[in-house]
Amino acid sequence: MGDRGTLRIQQISAHPGPIAGEGTQRQDKVCKLIDVTTCIGCKACEVACVEWNDMPFQTTHFDNTYQTMPDTDWNYWNLIKFNEDEHDNGSFAWLMRKHQCMHCADPGCLRACPADGAIVQYSNGIVDFQQQNCIGCQFCVSGCPFNIPKYNSETKKVYKCTLCSDRVGAGLEPACIKSCPTGCLHFGTKDDMKFLAENRAKQLRDVSGFKNAGVYDPDTIGGTSVIYVLHDITKPEKYGNLPASPRIPLAFTIWKSVFKPLGLIGAMLGFVGVVMHYVFEGPLRTQPTPPVKVIDPPPPPPGREN
Amino acid sequence: MATSADRFVHRPNAIDRLGQTLVYAGELFRHPVYTRFLHWMVGIFFFLALLSGFGIYLPWIFRFFTPLFGGGAMTRFLHPWFGLGFVFFFALQAMNWWQVMTWTPADSRWMKHIRRYVIRSDSTESPETGFFNGGQKLMFWEIVCGSIAYLITGVIMWFPTTFGRILVSLSYVIHDISALIMLFGIFFHVYLSTFGEPGTIQAMTRGTVSESWAWTHHPAWYKAVTGRDPQEALKEAEERMASGGRFSGAPPPTL
Repeated sequence: MGDRGTLRIQQISAHPGPIAGEGTQRQDKVCKLIDVTTCIGCKACEVACVEWNDMPFQTTHFDNTYQTMPDTDWNYWNLIKFNEDEHDNGSFAWLMRKHQCMHCADPGCLRACPADGAIVQYSNGIVDFQQQNCIGCQFCVSGCPFNIPKYNSETKKVYKCTLCSDRVGAGLEPACIKSCPTGCLHFGTKDDMKFLAENRAKQLRDVSGFKNAGVYDPDTIGGTSVIYVLHDITKPEKYGNLPASPRIPLAFTIWKSVFKPLGLIGAMLGFVGVVMHYVFEGPLRTQPTPPVKVIDPPPPPPGREN
Repeated sequence: MATSADRFVHRPNAIDRLGQTLVYAGELFRHPVYTRFLHWMVGIFFFLALLSGFGIYLPWIFRFFTPLFGGGAMTRFLHPWFGLGFVFFFALQAMNWWQVMTWTPADSRWMKHIRRYVIRSDSTESPETGFFNGGQKLMFWEIVCGSIAYLITGVIMWFPTTFGRILVSLSYVIHDISALIMLFGIFFHVYLSTFGEPGTIQAMTRGTVSESWAWTHHPAWYKAVTGRDPQEALKEAEERMASGGRFSGAPPPTL
């Protein structure tokens, strides 16, 4: 956590008790705005990501599409999804979407994580993995609605996009933003980016003829720190399985926070039960039990009768 | 008389040949070496899996239990292997005991009168209680079902990307429920074999029980292996004791 000096922590995974420093400093929520309508699929952001984070380039897989590889990886956090969208009139469009961690306000990964301090959410909204505390259980993989955390079977740790928390903590933009040649990527406060995104969506609706244009900032997970402007907000699935209503499985919400502790208490009642049984009912001895010799309490000292 | 299971027939194997069982006068042979070996292997892996699972189960106890196994990452690494050990040895035990654990009408009657057993209404078990009673069989079949649930859900959770998010999150819940039921059950198992019914644990350590233990807790089994009526044997022991004779049938004081 080299960015500890400037980024304050708001939530810690599996952390009982208070969070040191929480709320001591006001920090604006940050946000990355991706206007998919102006993305040309140049992959400069992918290059910037691996360069800044010192990760290797990946071998590409050719599968008769423009998709260079099927998915992000533990050391490849940012991938343009190329989706071919055929229209009813026979025309065709590319729907290119920059796929990376969405930095949810209510992060499923953080909710699912059983390891104290393995996932943190900073006050500015960035969700970051702390690999030194990660136990490699991959619960976060199932908790994430966007299939983002990726497991490295050699280090037995999980990795994902940090929203360049190291750069943001030092007052810089994330690396991907710097590299975008079309202005499709923006970075700023959540309020500013939301304003910009809504204006752009309105422009697409009013001027460009995209009647269903809108902003993707799903409130089923409290909103995200990465928002999209989409040509068609009614069908986000067309953009490479972007879920319309992303959700955290109940196993990591109500089951984990309510029924797990109750269940454990219930099971421990078995211990209370057997102790009480011994106290109230006593053991069942083999029969016949030997004769009992009763040792009466010693008589009270003289003068103390009654 | 419809007894639940008269005797436990076991074909000796290589593990049995590694050890011997001493049956002292006044004792009956109950569990062969192989059964005892499996029981304690299951027990060791059960507690290893239980304690390592505890740490991962609830964030509030994460820092209490994970240090026992060398930290969170090592706990997470070991837990599935402990679980496999448990399932493996229990599977052998299940095959070993499958027949003797068959549920009979006598076991249903035992369950119907479980209240009398709990509040100790009778000084001996019902005369139709065989090698295992209904409660022991219930526990056995619970562990059979629980182990299958553990194995399936555990493998799904071990390789989450192979099975998909919804199946994995469902597995967490089923795995948890199975663990909670077994945790609840282990208290009764340990209590009844030690404090609750003295003279029992030696069946799993030395492999023998006293005759009086047998006619008290498993009368039908006593009848099957000795050919004597358990009630008569008990009455004779009482008479011997009343006439000042040597107290017969007292459990040997050792494990």
